[in-house]
Amino acid sequence: MKTLVIGEVVQGKLAETFSELLGFSAALGAETSGLILGDTTDRPSFSGTLYVAPGAEYAPKAHKTVVLEAIEKEQPDVVVLMHSAFGWDLAPRIAAASGGQQLSEVIGFEGGVYRQSCCNGKLQRKIKPGAGLCVVTLQAGAFAASTAEGTPSEVALEQSVDSAVKLTGYKQKPPADVDLTKAEKIVSAGRGIGKPENLEMIQALATALGAELGSSRPVVDAGWIDAAHQVGSTGSTVTPKLYMACGISGAVQHLAGMKKSELIIAVNKDKDAPIGEVAQYLVVADLLEFVPALTEALK
Amino acid sequence: MKILVCIKQVADLESRFVVPDGATWFAETDLAFRINEYDEFAIEAAVQIKTALGEGEITVVSLGPARASDGLKKALAMGADQAVHLLDEQGPVKDSWQVAQGIADWAKPEGFDLVLTGMQSQDRGSGQVSIFLSELLELNSVSCAVGLDAEASLLKVERELEGGLRAMVEVSTPALVSCQLGLNTPRYPTLPNIMKAKKKPFETIEVGDLKPNGQDVQWMGAPTSAGAAELIEGDLASQVAKVVSVLKEKNLVG
Repeated sequence: MKTLVIGEVVQGKLAETFSELLGFSAALGAETSGLILGDTTDRPSFSGTLYVAPGAEYAPKAHKTVVLEAIEKEQPDVVVLMHSAFGWDLAPRIAAASGGQQLSEVIGFEGGVYRQSCCNGKLQRKIKPGAGLCVVTLQAGAFAASTAEGTPSEVALEQSVDSAVKLTGYKQKPPADVDLTKAEKIVSAGRGIGKPENLEMIQALATALGAELGSSRPVVDAGWIDAAHQVGSTGSTVTPKLYMACGISGAVQHLAGMKKSELIIAVNKDKDAPIGEVAQYLVVADLLEFVPALTEALK
Repeated sequence: MKILVCIKQVADLESRFVVPDGATWFAETDLAFRINEYDEFAIEAAVQIKTALGEGEITVVSLGPARASDGLKKALAMGADQAVHLLDEQGPVKDSWQVAQGIADWAKPEGFDLVLTGMQSQDRGSGQVSIFLSELLELNSVSCAVGLDAEASLLKVERELEGGLRAMVEVSTPALVSCQLGLNTPRYPTLPNIMKAKKKPFETIEVGDLKPNGQDVQWMGAPTSAGAAELIEGDLASQVAKVVSVLKEKNLVG
């Protein structure tokens, strides 16, 4: 079994998730070759061939062309990317050039069959790939990072300039007055609070616990709270001693940002809410009643 | 500008899903359906672009079973000009490659300048149809837009990356952009617009054979949850008492 793993470069740095790609490949016992798209001096550690294609960090057509070149040379069975903004954009392009076999956000691989999560984590599917090249994207954290050592042998590939799609720069999120990554305790508000006025009661609970206020994405998108409070794959990834999720159903992207918290207590009307997959406790209640009652009891 | 918006009708994700033994999709009886949330941002973006440009024609298309027509009607009520229903009762179990082909086969001769769609569906969440479609239509494409500024021949897209970083991308039309949550605020159709929508052109076309990608969905079901949460139920007072005792046990409160 041969894999070609593709690393992304953002602002000159090779994404650390490259080690998860290597970990997946090792789990398959596969012969691994790698490809880095973009300018970086970072190099991963593994034994095998590493193709390096300096140039733009985002250039769909140009990147696809380089990947197909590497596929031609290496003849892998599986092409592997992370399920990141870079990966889910590029993977289908590669697959489209070879019969459309692409599997997104894979969470497991056993006996030649891939496992995927769907319906917001409420269901899973097992999919057997067909013949021919398969392009997969991995859910972040689903496969253990490789700790392999070794210096790959490098081969340079050329990235042509993509004239139709141009990355013109990056925008950092503005510095925030709250750094959730340093918080020992976080109480987060989700869509279940219903209206912005109810954030006050979540904040009151946070204050009573000496916690920071967090939120899921919909609350930020609705403009009820500043993005600095967002917990999730596109917000902050947090590991506090206590994480209370109030009215948060537990979308995959949110779980990715908080599932490593030491103690997770969820408050939700829906006892089947996916947040229950990562929480130690799920209080089945209307948060509008429970939260003020808990705050009162803590005083 | 000819704008195409691709939408999918999905089950309400708050539902309980039951997969019958041996089936590879959940039972649809008693479920409520709605437009895929990501696609709503695409419809809204199309309407805003048409308004900003002062011209344009928006076609909304959906490949799916009979119930998909409800989503198309709502899209018309939000401001799309015409709807096309690519009727396929097996739509929900077709792979993304097939769905993209179905849409591409119809869309190719139409010559759209801009195609907008949600970046993924809430049910399967693979995020593939959008990109597959752009490849089949040979369009430039950018996924995951949280910002979109459209002029007649140039789009300025803000892509959302991990950790709150955004990438600024310029792409020339004709192009496809897939929309991320929070791109805009999708409007609620007003009653007058719902009434007007009834008169807008609505075409139903039966989908032909679509070449599958060879993958075999062997099983679908509930995850075997290792370490699922302990449920705290009962009356409010006892729930509060339980949580306080857990917090005290872990030295999280005095």
